[in-house]
Amino acid sequence: MTNSSYCIHADGLRFAYSGGPPVLDIEELVVASGERVFLYGPSGSGKTTLLGLVAGVLSPPPGTLHVLGHDVGALSSSARDRLRAAHIGYVFQMFNLIPYLDVRDNIALPVRITTERRRRVDGPVDQAVVAAAAQLGIEELLDEKVTRLSVGQQQRVAAARALLGAPELIIADEPTSALDTDRRHAFLELLFKSVEEAGSTLLFVSHDLTLADLFDRSVSLAELNDRVSA
Amino acid sequence: MLLHLARRSLANRLLTTCLTALSIAFSVALLVGVENVRTGMRESFSNTVSGTDLIVGSRGGTIQLLLYSVFGMGSPVANISHDEWKKWDEHPAVSWTIPYALGDSHRGFRVIGTNGSFYERYRYRGGQPITLSEGRPAEGVFELVLGAEVASRLGYGLGDPVAVTHGMSAVGLMNHDDMPFHVVGILARTFTPVDRAIYVTLEGISAIHMGWESGAPPMPGQEVGADQVLAMDEIPVTQITSFFLGAESRAFTLQLQRDISTSEDEPLTAVIPGLALAEMWRGIAYAEDGLRIISMFVVLVGILGMLVSIYTSLEARRREMAILRALGAGPRRIVSLLVLEAGLLAGIGALLGVAFVYGGLMLAQPWLEGRFGILIPIRALDGVQLAYVGAVVVLGFLAGLVPAAKAYRTALHDGLTARV
Repeated sequence: MTNSSYCIHADGLRFAYSGGPPVLDIEELVVASGERVFLYGPSGSGKTTLLGLVAGVLSPPPGTLHVLGHDVGALSSSARDRLRAAHIGYVFQMFNLIPYLDVRDNIALPVRITTERRRRVDGPVDQAVVAAAAQLGIEELLDEKVTRLSVGQQQRVAAARALLGAPELIIADEPTSALDTDRRHAFLELLFKSVEEAGSTLLFVSHDLTLADLFDRSVSLAELNDRVSA
Repeated sequence: MLLHLARRSLANRLLTTCLTALSIAFSVALLVGVENVRTGMRESFSNTVSGTDLIVGSRGGTIQLLLYSVFGMGSPVANISHDEWKKWDEHPAVSWTIPYALGDSHRGFRVIGTNGSFYERYRYRGGQPITLSEGRPAEGVFELVLGAEVASRLGYGLGDPVAVTHGMSAVGLMNHDDMPFHVVGILARTFTPVDRAIYVTLEGISAIHMGWESGAPPMPGQEVGADQVLAMDEIPVTQITSFFLGAESRAFTLQLQRDISTSEDEPLTAVIPGLALAEMWRGIAYAEDGLRIISMFVVLVGILGMLVSIYTSLEARRREMAILRALGAGPRRIVSLLVLEAGLLAGIGALLGVAFVYGGLMLAQPWLEGRFGILIPIRALDGVQLAYVGAVVVLGFLAGLVPAAKAYRTALHDGLTARV
């Protein structure tokens, strides 16, 4: 019952870490392709687990979670790694960057370590890196050491990296929580613009409800997850 | 790109990387260096004498013959008569001989009676002739030439008088100090046992022993004085100890060896120096096996050190692994990264170690030669050494699997959540 216009489709998704109690029980969650979804997830709501499942780091029961038309639970772990490499860009809350690589190498990292992402980049990688950096306004920082960057600059580098090769799904895990309000909005504007240009779906997780209005739709994970006692 | 990543990761931990690479480098240098010293020692040893086809002495063990005639150690069982030596000297297949008459010493250094052939024909280490750094060869009865080591140790110069002792004790109970020997020449350094001997003429040796024919000091009134010796027309030479022999052609060597060894006139032994030296080296080579085993263990310790350093770095790199995982790197990619880092470290260490060996050799070669008379050649790594270096790198890669396995488990467990 996969609909190709769905980017993420969870249907009766239940998950428990081996031997532990169930931590996630989602009746249904649908994210359409191209949608910008704000997932409101306070700590303890199963946010980490859900993102791990969508990104294919954790394995759900077969048939309960489809990402970009793939039944994640039916894939082998290396197939899930390939799915993530090719189709998903991921931005962490902070510490997104490899400290010993410069900005340029950090942005290029996904296409360098996996061939799946490399195939999505037309032409020379260097040009794609410069273009992605330009989109997020950090082209003059390309040769900097990442340890010299401010947190805001680091998050832009992380976003540029996630967007390189225009993956279908961008998962942003509280990417703005380390930024102050002004920068938060500036960052989101850039992110939205870039996601739109890439035609990607954006799954944005945060516990900061003030941002919810900027998105197409907002979903409360705490309400969605039956395992969380309100 | 993985290589680039591994390289930058190592560069990021520069101090640890350097120390680890250094420890591997030292162990590789030790392994390769020991091999070099071994080769050098063996070659120096087997080149102690060269260009000589046979060494002939009274019948006995070949090693004993080598020891007293080449290395100046121990003493012969019996002598060779002058006539027997002359017989072989004039043999048609023989090109030249160098006679050696042993048995006396000066302050612990051997005194060797020989003749002009010694200065002309004696060759060592790849055919180098011996040369005089000062003076001229001994020709007169009471003239002598010092080996370089003797001259520098005793501080003698040309014209200095030297008292020769009968027998080999350093403090001669029976000094032939009535025989006024003096220095007429000093040999250039050869870094062989040649440096540690004093060379006189065969007649000189005879003169020392005049009146001693019974083996004991002459009875009072029977001493032969130096002026008496000098007054003699010809000093009789009756015995020598051994002689070096050059054949007219290499092809005659084996036949000559057989003929000399089976000669009916006097029981003689003839050895081919190259073969006998090699045989002797094999006898003492077990010590170098011990050295080699120790250096292999040192390499193991170096590799273990690397393993520990990578392993302990993993905790600090959990975040890095999580980032790589988020970018789609499978656990296998992370394993490859760590194995590559280990291999790279071992490779750098091995190269550095080889560089140390060559650098060290260039610095120490003259000193080693001067001090110990061992010439360690500087040349490309041989097969064994290349195999050692290769084995270290392979071992490095394998050692990388240990921290990699740990990182694999951690990566699976942490997923995308590792916070450091």
